[in-house]
Amino acid sequence: MEDLNSISLNSQNEKNIGSDQLDQRNLDWYIDKAVSMIVFIAGISAIIFIVGIFLFIAKEGLSFIIKDMDFTEFFTSPYWEPSDEDAPEYGILALILGTASVTGLAMLIAIPFSLGTAIYISEFATGRTKEFLKILVELLAAIPSVVWGFIGLTIMNPIIIKLFNVPVGLNILNAGVILGLMAAPIMTSIAEDTLKAVPDHYREAAEALGATKWQMIYKVVLPAAKNGLLGAVLLGVGRGFGETMAVLMATGHSINIPTSIFDSVRALTATIAAELGETAQGSEHYGALFTIGIFLFLITFIINLSADLIIRGVRKK
Amino acid sequence: MNASTDNFTTAPENAPAIETQNLSLWYGNFQALENIDLKIKKGMITSLIGPSGCGKSTLLRCVNRINERFDYVRINGKIHVEGQNIYAPEVELIQVRKRIGMVFQRPNPLPISIRENILFGHQIHHKNQKSSKEEKDAIVEDALKHVLLWDKVKDRLHRDAISLSLEEQQKLCIARLLPVKPSVLLMDEPCSALDPKGTEAVEELIWELRGKFTILIVTHNMAQARRASEESIFMLMGKVVEHTETGQMFVTPRHKETADYIEGRYG
Repeated sequence: MEDLNSISLNSQNEKNIGSDQLDQRNLDWYIDKAVSMIVFIAGISAIIFIVGIFLFIAKEGLSFIIKDMDFTEFFTSPYWEPSDEDAPEYGILALILGTASVTGLAMLIAIPFSLGTAIYISEFATGRTKEFLKILVELLAAIPSVVWGFIGLTIMNPIIIKLFNVPVGLNILNAGVILGLMAAPIMTSIAEDTLKAVPDHYREAAEALGATKWQMIYKVVLPAAKNGLLGAVLLGVGRGFGETMAVLMATGHSINIPTSIFDSVRALTATIAAELGETAQGSEHYGALFTIGIFLFLITFIINLSADLIIRGVRKK
Repeated sequence: MNASTDNFTTAPENAPAIETQNLSLWYGNFQALENIDLKIKKGMITSLIGPSGCGKSTLLRCVNRINERFDYVRINGKIHVEGQNIYAPEVELIQVRKRIGMVFQRPNPLPISIRENILFGHQIHHKNQKSSKEEKDAIVEDALKHVLLWDKVKDRLHRDAISLSLEEQQKLCIARLLPVKPSVLLMDEPCSALDPKGTEAVEELIWELRGKFTILIVTHNMAQARRASEESIFMLMGKVVEHTETGQMFVTPRHKETADYIEGRYG
């Protein structure tokens, strides 16, 4: 051991003698180069994959869009009957309304819950309560959507049947509640970040002027954070549009133009998930499903982009 | 609202505006103030000086109880403002802060318009009485004229307050206290973020306000204390070392620590 040490010391000494060359590179230099290369490749590949996925979806849907699609029918017909052998019809109006009604109800539930929780965590809770709640919100956000769907199917369903005396408990109400609870944690967490970003000296100024806590929150903190809060809501909406599994399980999955919250509906996403496995690759039906995919992709892209731009708008200020 | 302000009994003429008794404060386990006993005269400008960390800002922040925003702060003792102990259990924080306005080190106008900044405190404390637009206009004009800002900003009252220069922002922060009609103004290094010209302007303004308010001002700047205050308090390590008339403190300080600090041997 001692021998080894002395040897390495010696060799270092020898190196040091000749170390006045400025171009000397040691192992750290190579590690640094290698790591930055790996990170670059990882970063680039994520972008390549996303573009690749979009191209794939577009390619699969394109033949349908060009050859078979009738734009007016696709967006205005309430009949989605791809398995009708004589005259299959591809109208997604009912599906759009299904998705929109479920998402709308989900937001009605999620917005007050998530904003309330975010305000409580950021402005009222202190110390351990605060940390505990933050962890709890993160945990809630991590519940898999199939578990939420399961809750909708086995718990919410009988409750709704009993409570409202309706024949089926798998409907807009069920899916809306489930989706609202699913979206609330992520919205809470973003809203809380936004509130935290409001400079503390605004709060101090308002309090020193004699504002109560609520006056301070309502008149100063919320206005200062409004863009970020709007961004949080939009991200929740995007989540609602894109959610598949829980919606498939809790909506009842039947094609309907909804007239009340006790109607079963079918969502765009759920249609793809349920039918894609049973279609012949390259068939009209297959192409129609991919076209729905393109439509969904565009909508969620627009929602997320605007959410992102709105949140960025806050930061710049 | 108005009835509750009468809770403050009016003190006799020459009673001190602010009187602390045996005031101690801890941040967690660290004791920042030790048994402070002070009598601050009414209608005067009193400056608090001392090296960084001596507790002068902490003491100032006790007087409107803004320290209580942080839950690790523990306070012992009493502070009487115009005869009433503001740490008494029945005292409402909101009434304390209505009485005692505060100006912070960094100008902190709220992220709303100039006009709304001025009216913010007024609206909070006059919730039940609806003021007409003319009354509000008069309040805004009066407050801004007091701080010599009216001519500069009268055409852009609806602009964001953040768009003002730092000097103007600090004047605005003083102006927005006036409609609330406080009797004590606390200022925590109000000029430290300003350039020399801004400092001069704000100092002049503070000097103008003397007599109308009891002003307690924390400063790092010895020259500022000397030219802009009538009495000075020198603090060191959480204790008051000396409290005399400003002229006397800077010419014939009684304590060696004071003399050393004033002459710049430390701090």
